[in-house]
Amino acid sequence: MTAQTEAHAPDLLYSEAEEDLRSAVRSLLADRADAPKVLASIESDTPYDQRLWDSLASGIGAAGLLVPEKLGGQGASHREAAVVIEELGRSVAPAPYLTSSVVATEVLLALVTDDGPAGELLAGLAAGRKVAVLALPFATAPADSARALTGTLDRTVTGVADAVAADVLLVPTGEGLYAVETGGDGVGVQPLVALDLTRPLAAVTLSGATGTRLAEAGPAAAAVTRGLLAGAGLLASEQLGVAEWCLTETVRYTRERHQFNRPVGSFQSLKHRMAQLWLEVVSARAAARNAADALAAGSPDAPLAVAVAQAYCSTVAVHAAEECVQLHGGIGMTWEHPAHLYLKRAKADSIAYGSAGRHRDAVAELVELEAP
Amino acid sequence: MSATIDAQQVRRLARELLAAHPPATTGRTAFLEARFDAGLAWVHYPVGLGGLDAPRSLQPVVDAELAAAGAPDNDPRRIGIGLGMAAPTILGFGTDEQKKRFLRPLWVGEEVWCQLFSEPGAGSDLAALATRAVRDEDGSGDWVVDGQKVWTSSAHVARWAILIARTDPDVPKHRGISYFICDMTDPGVEVRPLRQITGEAEFNEVFLTGVRIPDSRRLGPVGDGWKVAQTTLMNERVSIGGARIPREGGMIGTVAKTWREQPALRTHDLHRRLLTLWVEAEVARLTGERLRQQLVAGQPGPEGSGMKLAFARLNQEISGLEVELLGDEGLLYSDWTLRRPELVDFTGRDAGYRYLRSKGNSIEGGTSEVLLNIVAERVLGLPVEPRNDKDAAWKDLAR
Ligand SMILES: Cc1cc2nc3c(=O)[nH]c(=O)nc-3n(C[C@H](O)[C@H](O)[C@H](O)COP(=O)(O)OP(=O)(O)OC[C@H]3O[C@@H](n4cnc5c(N)ncnc54)[C@H](O)[C@@H]3O)c2cc1C
Repeated sequence: MTAQTEAHAPDLLYSEAEEDLRSAVRSLLADRADAPKVLASIESDTPYDQRLWDSLASGIGAAGLLVPEKLGGQGASHREAAVVIEELGRSVAPAPYLTSSVVATEVLLALVTDDGPAGELLAGLAAGRKVAVLALPFATAPADSARALTGTLDRTVTGVADAVAADVLLVPTGEGLYAVETGGDGVGVQPLVALDLTRPLAAVTLSGATGTRLAEAGPAAAAVTRGLLAGAGLLASEQLGVAEWCLTETVRYTRERHQFNRPVGSFQSLKHRMAQLWLEVVSARAAARNAADALAAGSPDAPLAVAVAQAYCSTVAVHAAEECVQLHGGIGMTWEHPAHLYLKRAKADSIAYGSAGRHRDAVAELVELEAP
Repeated sequence: MSATIDAQQVRRLARELLAAHPPATTGRTAFLEARFDAGLAWVHYPVGLGGLDAPRSLQPVVDAELAAAGAPDNDPRRIGIGLGMAAPTILGFGTDEQKKRFLRPLWVGEEVWCQLFSEPGAGSDLAALATRAVRDEDGSGDWVVDGQKVWTSSAHVARWAILIARTDPDVPKHRGISYFICDMTDPGVEVRPLRQITGEAEFNEVFLTGVRIPDSRRLGPVGDGWKVAQTTLMNERVSIGGARIPREGGMIGTVAKTWREQPALRTHDLHRRLLTLWVEAEVARLTGERLRQQLVAGQPGPEGSGMKLAFARLNQEISGLEVELLGDEGLLYSDWTLRRPELVDFTGRDAGYRYLRSKGNSIEGGTSEVLLNIVAERVLGLPVEPRNDKDAAWKDLAR
């Protein structure tokens, strides 16, 4: 592929149906997962709210968006899933949506056959009955997936996102991809103390565990790549949601907070920083929509669209969260104010599924801008 | 009526135009005049004024059809101020007579326009302008204009100018301004080249001494010129094309090409910066594309004000990188002789020129600082600056 060709004319807007879905998800999250609730649940050591997950996954039907109807899903696409993820980013509610309903679901979609075991598991995920996660470090970039298929089922994998919430682990090995029940013998899921309080990480230890083989090494590698590509692509929408919340709250706060007998938001040095952030958020939206649309269309442009979106949106989310903390002054440094939840999410997201630099390397390869 | 016109119909009209005036045998001006008369100049303009009252989104259909047939175009880069600023203002505020007189030669490119807005003492604070227009006492109703304008692009090739001048110094500055169409060939109009950072003189100083402007060339009511100027300025900032820009379509394409063709120039530091800018340029392209889709879908968003900011910064960073990438060659400059170009041609010149000229991108048409103020106040709703110039009469303000 050359840099000039663009295989697919993208639709970068939101459809009416997508806006309806957004409203449904947003009101659910406003009701069940506002910032004080998120903070309280994190401190109570029960980060995941099962009732919230049930409402989101099966009530709204969000878990099955990527799954065709004949396989038990909603038959929608990455465009709709991206809208759900934007809202999840805006609320930083802990929910295994990106990891299970997107990444694990995409892996299984690549492997599903008429009579294979992947189909049944997929239907369970789509219905919100089960949660599955790919047993790879959260930092794994799509370009590294082939390298992840090594070793045996006996292994320890650290930094697996949402493993604590999972019923099933999808474990890549040298012989292929296995589905391993987390409740089974020889499976340990050890919670880790994570930087991002709202997306729990765990170390997964398998010793003598058994699993169902879903695919041999070749197809497994392609499936894992597909899963990670979708994960990285839709993570951009989460980063957009995080950045939007940060900007909106910062504007709201600085309009109200008075110092020197003026709203602090009337100081030009602050106004310009927020205006700059607005421009970044607007641009991040175009990049994130482009990635979601390219994934939805199965476009050959998708790897580039995803790499561009990740390289751009990671930085925007971190910048927005850092500005949010700074422009809130002392309050921004307190545990009570939710700004830190967004900063932690944004910073962790900038590593998840590959850093911005890793994605820029991918861009270089895809558009033939070779390194020296 | 607009509701009944669709893509198929404009395509048919374009084909009829091509059949009646084959580009191969028709002169450039004659073809463009026929195109204007067929309503295919700017399809969203009224019938009789170069348009069809059709949706703006049909313009690309016409453009593509005509371009494919090798039809001549009206060189939009050369007549950018006329097309982008004078025309929408005349359409919005002009009398029928003014519209009939000015729009056709403007669009055809026979008459070039310039913008006499900025003054030595009034740039960002444009409403502070001091050029005076006084009604002649001789009963003609003519206005007599005295003052100095500056940084006027294309004044040396322009036939007409949009001009704002103060008609009442005793009221607050925004209220005492009127808007005129100035004949650049009239006695008392003196254009002097103003050499710029690139060595050439793309803009000018314009001295106006006792210039007589008939009242029939006023646009909008006396004293309401600020409102008219707002339309001009908004169109200036949002003048965003209907055409889709291809990937690597802007200045990044030039740099990427050099990178691919000259491996010897590559370093790790330049690679890192090139990729960051490549991604940013691609995202800016997508953001522009999203804005275009919003406009076509009839939901104009505030993104337009942001695009100028983004492109200014990107052009500057990319052209800066390009000079460094070229190394030895980057140390050279094509030509410092004072030239008076008809248009700004970024891509046709060398890297040093691009680097220097792009510095104007964050100044011309409103500085980036002023645009950030606009985004902050009008898009984000942040409090406006405390001001002490709103209620005082213009003549009492510090200058
Ligand atoms: C290449 C080029 C072509 C041009 N062509 C034309 C033309 O054809 N016709 C025409 O009328 N004009 C033209 N201009 C003039 C242009 O519109 C003005 O230069 C511009 O509006 C800025 O005004 P100024 O130069 O007086 O700068 P100033 O207003 O003096 O600004 C000086 C500095 O102060 C900053 N500043 C000013 N006000 C504020 C504020 N409120 N908040 C924060 N910062 C502020 C500015 O951003 C700038 O950095 C052209 C300019 C250039 C560079």
